Amino acid sequence: MSTTSKRLRTLTALGALGTTVALVLAGCGARAGDSASAGGTSAAPSCVDTSGDSIKLGFLNSLTGGMAISEKTVSNVLHMAADEINAGGGILGKKIAYIQEDGATDWPTFAEKTEKLLTQDCVAAVFGGWTSSSRKAVKPVVEKHNGLFFYPVQYEGLESSPNIYYTGATTNQQIIPAMDFLATKGVKRLFLAGSDYVFPRTANAIIKLYAAKLGIQIVGEEYVPLDKDDWTSQVAKIVAAKPDFIFNTINGSSNVGFIKAYYDAGLNARTTPIISVSIAEEEAPAMGHEVTGHYASWNYFQSLKTPTNPKFIESWKKYPNSSGVTSDPMEAAYISLYLYKALVEAAGSFDVDKVNAAAKSNAITFDAPEGKVTLDGDNHHISKPGHIGQINPNNQFDIVWASDKFIEPDPYLEGYDWFPADIRKQLVDAAG
Amino acid sequence: MHVDALIAPLLNGSAQGALLLLAALGLSLTFGQMGVINMAHGEFLMIGAFAAYLVQQVITASDLSIPVALPVAFVVAGLFGLLLEVTIIQWMYRRPLDTLLVTVGVGLILQQAALHIFPSQGVPVEKPSWLDGQLSILGYQWPFRQLFTILLASVCVAALAAWLKYTSFGRRIRATVHNRDLAETSGISTRTVDRLTFFTGSGLAGVAGVAASLIGGTNSQMGAQYIIPAFLVVAAGGIGQLKGTIVAAWAVGVALAYFAYWTTGSLAQVLAFILVIVFLQVRPQGLFTVRTRSLV
Repeated sequence: MSTTSKRLRTLTALGALGTTVALVLAGCGARAGDSASAGGTSAAPSCVDTSGDSIKLGFLNSLTGGMAISEKTVSNVLHMAADEINAGGGILGKKIAYIQEDGATDWPTFAEKTEKLLTQDCVAAVFGGWTSSSRKAVKPVVEKHNGLFFYPVQYEGLESSPNIYYTGATTNQQIIPAMDFLATKGVKRLFLAGSDYVFPRTANAIIKLYAAKLGIQIVGEEYVPLDKDDWTSQVAKIVAAKPDFIFNTINGSSNVGFIKAYYDAGLNARTTPIISVSIAEEEAPAMGHEVTGHYASWNYFQSLKTPTNPKFIESWKKYPNSSGVTSDPMEAAYISLYLYKALVEAAGSFDVDKVNAAAKSNAITFDAPEGKVTLDGDNHHISKPGHIGQINPNNQFDIVWASDKFIEPDPYLEGYDWFPADIRKQLVDAAG
Repeated sequence: MHVDALIAPLLNGSAQGALLLLAALGLSLTFGQMGVINMAHGEFLMIGAFAAYLVQQVITASDLSIPVALPVAFVVAGLFGLLLEVTIIQWMYRRPLDTLLVTVGVGLILQQAALHIFPSQGVPVEKPSWLDGQLSILGYQWPFRQLFTILLASVCVAALAAWLKYTSFGRRIRATVHNRDLAETSGISTRTVDRLTFFTGSGLAGVAGVAASLIGGTNSQMGAQYIIPAFLVVAAGGIGQLKGTIVAAWAVGVALAYFAYWTTGSLAQVLAFILVIVFLQVRPQGLFTVRTRSLV
């Protein structure tokens, strides 16, 4: 009897150990702010070799782990852009020789690989990242080595770095247009649903301030951990709160669970529409018909009618490993490489300081699939058009609203009187 | 506070508990009965979900495809489990720590394989139309889909319990669990028992995968969110105790739902699992224990 219970205890202990291992493995994805390799030495002189007929660039995307579901596409589209640029003669006459690294959904790995790309491979610039945690891991490394990092995803703003260029939207180019759209729809009762991390928390802080200005009441706010798909409990709260629109800042696969639980509860695009900032052409097909009729706020949609979009879509469809559809984050990644080419050619050099000096002209532009974007030399973000799309049964978006002009990037929301300085400071401090 | 505010978490939580039970049921066999820590169990669940997707590519009417997908997912995930048992686990029966590490690796390989084979953002599994709609209970509109999860879990539990209790094979499994050496000397082929137990445990993960595909996303990462709660539930229920797993899964599901109702979704996860850990501190053997005269 006693030996049996001893065996059982051992088994229980092993179970607990298994759980611990699993928790540690799962936790690898959450070590944000774990900024690695604060080596302490000052920036060494650049080791970038510009003597040959090629130039080395680094691509840093998660090809394994949880974020691979999103970042694989960004990696592929960077390869496509490099191939296109090489076919057109390269950058300053030099062909791009890219080195692909795997960030492995692990933020310290992003820092290590950036260090490796900059100091061992001696690349002229690094492109990639998706989560804000990955960007925040890369930031101190590129700043230490005076390198360049091009980040292609919409994010929570409140950041700028002389060593980072942001080609995705900041909040005033995605969140604020979405709120303006809701105001035109006459929305009175808004519910906020988000994943529990920095982007949704910051976005919702901004949404609440702007909603007060627009006279929209916030009737509830719910968060679920990024890695949990089950939204049933929160959807029950949404039903009880009787909102007339949902602002959705959920990210990743959790969105599928949210859309399904929402539909199961008898809510749909006719009764209570949802506006999302993370559901694009890539994500919608995994959600089935339940997502049809809901809205999304992006700068780029595959359905946009611009002069350069058809060629972009066609090239992507033909590209090996293509997902077949184009979407905002991949378009922003595509922009990032071309923007770098334009910067280097304006500077006449791959030197980081000269590139940054060229940016100061505020005259660097690119005819992107979303339209002609212009780089802001001070905050290193780009101008973008705001668009709202409605998901149709083919999982494409019908454009139902567009900003009247390209929106200048304002990452710190300094041009908005309803955004108080003390809250700005609080949010910047909280984001680290 | 309305009645529906009190009843909603109970009903939602019971459905959440049922999904947890489905995920833990296979583990209660492989871990509980055999003592194998299979960290790839979550990936067997994923295999079941992808099997449901593939069945829907052949049988496009979702009303019919989901009932077909359930046994298909059971067999496909079961075969993957059998393959794992024959190739790796059978060499490691007395080395649980090695099994743990090896199966973590197998899980990662399966995830990466799924990422390469299927669209990286995942695939849609369409819900049958007979699961649309809600049942009105004391003013709360309870989704049919949740009722379906509970029914599915109940059927699986009943089938497993009957199989263990009334069939000769079930008796052989229990004999092997209680005393492997004595079972062998009585002429039971414990190797065959091990293989079939592992097949069944993995197959149940496949069935859980079909249920999960109707609730969340079907993608390479889906298994990871179930493996930790499932192990906790099996440990809290008492190793090798089916009824313990059932009670623990239901209790965790309902606790999660009430905590989520009173606090937030993130805090609910923390609170529910603190509760389980505290419970295991107080009662490390779990809710129920096996009484045997075994010497090992």
